[in-house]
Amino acid sequence: MLRIVLAEDAVLLRAGLVGVLERFGHQVCAAVGDVPALRAAVAAHRPDIVVTDVRMPPGFSDEGLREAVALRAADPSLSILVLSQYVEQTYAVELLDAASAPGAGVGYLLKDRVGDVEDFVRAVAAVADGGTVIDPEVVRQLLGRRRDPLTRLTPREREVLALMAEGRSNAAIARDLVVSDAAVAKHIGSILTKLDLPPAEDTHRRVLAVLAYLRG
Amino acid sequence: MRPRSAWQAITLRPLRFLASSWPWRSLLYLLCGIALGAATAATLFALFVGGVLLLFVLIGLVAFVAIALSGIVFARFERWRLRLVDMDPAEDPHRRPPRRGLRPWLLTRLREQATWREFGYTVVSLVALCWIDAGMVAAVLGIPVALAATPLYGPDMDPLAGAVFVVVGLALLPFAAYPITAWAGARAALTRAVLSPRDTELGAQLTEVTRSRARLADAFGAERQRIERDLHDGAQQRLVSLTMALGLARLDLPPDSPAAEQVALAHEQAKLALAELRELIRGVHPQVLTDRGLAAAVRDLAGRSVVPVDVDIELPHRLPAAVELTAYFVAAEALANVAKHSGADRARVRGRLHGDIYLQDVFDNGVGGADADAGTGLTGLGDRVDAAGGRLLISSPPGGPTLVRAELPC
Repeated sequence: MLRIVLAEDAVLLRAGLVGVLERFGHQVCAAVGDVPALRAAVAAHRPDIVVTDVRMPPGFSDEGLREAVALRAADPSLSILVLSQYVEQTYAVELLDAASAPGAGVGYLLKDRVGDVEDFVRAVAAVADGGTVIDPEVVRQLLGRRRDPLTRLTPREREVLALMAEGRSNAAIARDLVVSDAAVAKHIGSILTKLDLPPAEDTHRRVLAVLAYLRG
Repeated sequence: MRPRSAWQAITLRPLRFLASSWPWRSLLYLLCGIALGAATAATLFALFVGGVLLLFVLIGLVAFVAIALSGIVFARFERWRLRLVDMDPAEDPHRRPPRRGLRPWLLTRLREQATWREFGYTVVSLVALCWIDAGMVAAVLGIPVALAATPLYGPDMDPLAGAVFVVVGLALLPFAAYPITAWAGARAALTRAVLSPRDTELGAQLTEVTRSRARLADAFGAERQRIERDLHDGAQQRLVSLTMALGLARLDLPPDSPAAEQVALAHEQAKLALAELRELIRGVHPQVLTDRGLAAAVRDLAGRSVVPVDVDIELPHRLPAAVELTAYFVAAEALANVAKHSGADRARVRGRLHGDIYLQDVFDNGVGGADADAGTGLTGLGDRVDAAGGRLLISSPPGGPTLVRAELPC
């Protein structure tokens, strides 16, 4: 069971998210609708993970994202999952830059993903566990950002790279592509060599290395 | 090209110039200038004498007011006859009085700078310009005519010498066309410079139009932002809630029941609608532009482009919101064209601030041949840039490359 602080300004959606998370046995310590309340709730409850919307009152700009970055800077052990309606990589890259130190987890998901309830709850758990979860749409954009070295990859390797960047483990990638774990490991080794990245057994470190590479 | 003024006509080849109507028009212009000057001088003199004589009954004051306003009539004649030597019409510099009637008219005219400029011009005309006209016509035409007419004055002259005078006089006559046309042209230019509306007089209307267009463009941007916010706060949140509710419903239904199939279908449809709505909202107003500025927004555009795009935008500070929005849409449309039509495998967006002009180039190495008139997209872009007071320039020779440049004042 995770202890979660949730920040989302749309009342309907906030209630829905609380319902989903509690249904899967997690405890929502506080569900708030603006940035000061989020800050207070995190200080009061010391949750395992903060789930926050990017856009929040009072400015309805990117207050949620900024606050997430600030909370993470104040407490590097706090895991953060940002829900966004923007595919734009800019926001995701800022979050990753602020939270790239290994330790606590970080995630950036499109709000669309909460519709796939089980996947969403799994992502929350992965981030709370110290993992990295990046929305596939955003990863696709990140892949568009570094083109030259990526053209050296085979199509299959690009697929594997995209899944790595989303934060999947070797086993999860193998399941997705319907291949053996050994085949995935071989692809990953080849990708890391081609992109001149250090080999790493730890999934989380590897994901961070790949994302750091993609955002240049 | 057909000349449109006396001065342009002088540059024609001599035979063409002499055969044209321009020397005659110029001569007529100077002659009627002399006549107008004489008539005006006589009128003003009469008004002045009448004014002085009737001053003791105060009616004389009316005559002095009439003298002050005489420039208006004189200038109107001048602008009218200007058409003899200059085909471009000269505008009336006067404002329309706010109300009908003599009093508003008088007050408006007496307060206008143009009225006094015209009066000054009238005085200068009568004192100098008309005399120069007369002197010019007399000297330039007088000498050849006098030479040609010599035998008439001296009947006892040697016939051979008389013939030489006549020939020389007639031969000189065509050359007279040049100084006459040149002076007529100079006089017309002077007239136009003094009697046409000044920029500030025209400017009041022009600035007003420009400002109202800029206001419209600003309002347009603000309205898009409002629509974006409404869609985001309303429809988007509801759709997310709906997909979540459908997702939960799928968990509760037995996987192989008919209801589960229907719910799954509805779930997929709702997710598609959400994705489409997200694209629509971004098209209406990209939030990243408001939050992070032009460079970030264009980089995100580039990230979505099928064709690899290098983005090189360096700005010392954020640009005004309207400029950012215009520049963003120019980049978006240009990159969309690159992907759709150019066949390019490389594109580049470069943006720099030069003084208070933001300059943005979108360059691709495709096939070229983009036509600003054929593509509604490019025309629309041009209108958008125009409304922001800027310029859109396109270079796209067949075979490429294509460059779309936007210059936007900040």
